Amino acid sequence: MRRGLTDRIGDPTLRSLTTLASLAAVALLVLIVYKVFDQAGEAFSHFGLSFVWESEWNPVTKQFGAADFLYGTAVTTFAAILIAAPMSIAIALFLTELAPRQIRRPVGVLVELLAAIPSVVLGLWGIIVLSPVLLKTIEPALKSALGWIPLFSGEASPVGLLPAILILTIMAVPIISAVTREVFETVPGDLKEGALALGATRWEMVKMVVLPYSRTGIVGATILGLGRALGEAIAVTMVIGHTEHISANLFGPADTAASRIASEYLGATSSLQISSLAYLAAILLVLALVVNMIARLIVRRAHPKIPTTPGILR
Amino acid sequence: MSATAGQMGPGPALRGDGRLRRRRLVNRLMEISASIAALVAVAVLAIVIISVASKGISSISIEFLTKNAPLFGQSGGGIANAIVGTLILVALATVMAVPVGILIGIYTSEFAGARLASLVRFVLDILNGVPTIVTGIFVFGLLVAGKAQSGWAGAFALAVIMLPIVARSAHEVLALVPKAMKESALALGVTRWKMVLRIVLPTAAGGIITGALLGVARVAGETAPLLFTSSIFANEVSTKPGGALASIPVKIFSLTEEPSPSAHSQAWGAALLLIFFILLLNVLARAIYARSSRRTTRAR
Repeated sequence: MRRGLTDRIGDPTLRSLTTLASLAAVALLVLIVYKVFDQAGEAFSHFGLSFVWESEWNPVTKQFGAADFLYGTAVTTFAAILIAAPMSIAIALFLTELAPRQIRRPVGVLVELLAAIPSVVLGLWGIIVLSPVLLKTIEPALKSALGWIPLFSGEASPVGLLPAILILTIMAVPIISAVTREVFETVPGDLKEGALALGATRWEMVKMVVLPYSRTGIVGATILGLGRALGEAIAVTMVIGHTEHISANLFGPADTAASRIASEYLGATSSLQISSLAYLAAILLVLALVVNMIARLIVRRAHPKIPTTPGILR
Repeated sequence: MSATAGQMGPGPALRGDGRLRRRRLVNRLMEISASIAALVAVAVLAIVIISVASKGISSISIEFLTKNAPLFGQSGGGIANAIVGTLILVALATVMAVPVGILIGIYTSEFAGARLASLVRFVLDILNGVPTIVTGIFVFGLLVAGKAQSGWAGAFALAVIMLPIVARSAHEVLALVPKAMKESALALGVTRWKMVLRIVLPTAAGGIITGALLGVARVAGETAPLLFTSSIFANEVSTKPGGALASIPVKIFSLTEEPSPSAHSQAWGAALLLIFFILLLNVLARAIYARSSRRTTRAR
C-alpha cells in the first residue's frame, strides 16, 4: 500500500515536535537555575559562602547575610510538617480504612480543594481572621501551659511564626494526605484481611500491616509537603511580620527566605541588595530541587505508579 | 474492607477481659482521632470559604466589577483593571503552556522509550517543585531586568508554573487509553501520528481538558510570580500585555498592605471573586473528568 505524502511526513513531524517540546521543558529547568544563579553572582562574589551563616541584613551599610531568614524558613517548615504529617496520615487512614464508602470521595475532594485556595487568600484570612484568634486565645493558653520552654515564653503578637506555621500546615496537608492515601491504597487486601482474621483490631491491623508496608511512601509524601512549605512566599510574608533578628519566640515576628524576597525585591535600592535577594532565591531553589528530587525518588522507587505532581488529576 | 470489621474484635477473649478492653479502647481512640483529623481539614476549608464569602459579599457590586480604584480619599470604586488583567494574563499563559504541555504528554506516553519518558516526567515533577517566588525571580532576570515589567513577562511566569501540571496530567490520561485501541488502529495500517491524533487524543480529550483547567485554576490565584513581572500597573483597564497588567491576586496583596478598612473590605471582595472562580474551575474540571473517564477504563 502506498502512503500519501502527509503520512510520510506526519510521523516524523509529530515525533520531532513532541521531542522538541520535551527538550524545551528540560532546557527550561536548566535556564531557571542559570538565570537565578546569574542574578546572584554579584552577591556571591561579594560575600561568598559566608552569606549563608552571616545574619547581618542591612541595606544601608550594604551588609547582607541570610542566616536569620534561613532559620525562619527551617523553623516554620519543620514545625508545619510536624503538625501536618501526622494529621495527613490520619486523614489518609480515615479515607482509606475508616470512612463509609459514600463519603470517601466527597471528603477526599474537599481535602484536595484545600490546596486550591490561593496563597494570597489564605494570607488575607491568616492576618485578619486567624491572627486575632491566636493572639487572644491560643497564645495565652500555650504560654501559661508551656511558658517554661523559651519557645513559648515570648511576648504575644498578632503577626509572627505561629500563624505562619499554621498557614503552611494548611498548605502541606492536602499534598501529604493525597500522596499518602494513594500509598495506602496499594497495600494488598489479603495482608489486611489476614491481620483482621488473626484477631487484630482495625488499629492493630493498620499498625502492623498498613503503616510498615507504606513507610517509604509516607516518608516521600512528607518530604514532598516539606518542599511545598519551604518555598511559600506570599501567605507567609502576609502573616510573619518581618524582622532582621533571630528569636526563639514562637509568638513574635520573624521572616523566611521566601517571604523576605517577596517583601523586599521591588523596593530594593542597590544592585547588591537585589543580587543578595537573588542569592536567597538561589539557596531556596537548591533546597527545593534537592528536597523534591529526594521525595520523588523515594516515592517513585516504592510506588512507581503514583504521580508526584500534586494538583494534577489522578 | 467491611465497615464493621473493627468492631468485631477477636471474639471470645482468651487472655482476660482487661487486655481486650484496652485493645478495643486504643482502637476506638485511634478511629476517633483519624475522623477528627479529616473533620478538621474539611472544617478549615469551610471556615476559610465562609469567612471570605461573609466578609466579601458586601463589597461585590456592579461598581466593584466595572470601576477602577477611587482617587485618594474617596470611597467606592472597584477592581475592573485587575479582573481584565487576570483574564488576559491567564489566557496568554494558557496559550503558551497548554499546547507545549500536551505535546510533552504525547511524547512521554507515545514516543519516548521507558527510560527517557521517565526522565522527562521526573524533570516536570522537579519543575513543579520550584517555588513560585523563584519562578518570579527567574522571569524577572530573563524578561524584565533592564527593560520594564510587562503582561508578557507575567503570563510567561504563569505559563512556567502551568506547564508541568498540564504535561503531567496529559501523560496520566494518555497512558490510560487502552492499549488494545492503539494496537488495533496500528494493525489496520493507520500511521502512528494519525493514531495519536484520531484515536488517542479524542479518547483522552476530557482528561486533557481537565488537566488544563486545573492548571488554569492553579495559576489564576498565583501572586508570587507576578510580583516582579507584572505588578506596577496603572489604575485603569489595560488590555495591552506590552505593559504591566493588573491582576486580582496582586491587587489583594497590595490592598492588604494598606491600613484603611475600606481597602480591606475591597480585598475581601476580590478574594471572594477569585476563590469563586477557582473553585468553579475545580468543580468543572472534575465534572468533565468524571463524564469522560467512562470512555477509558480507568486503571483503578
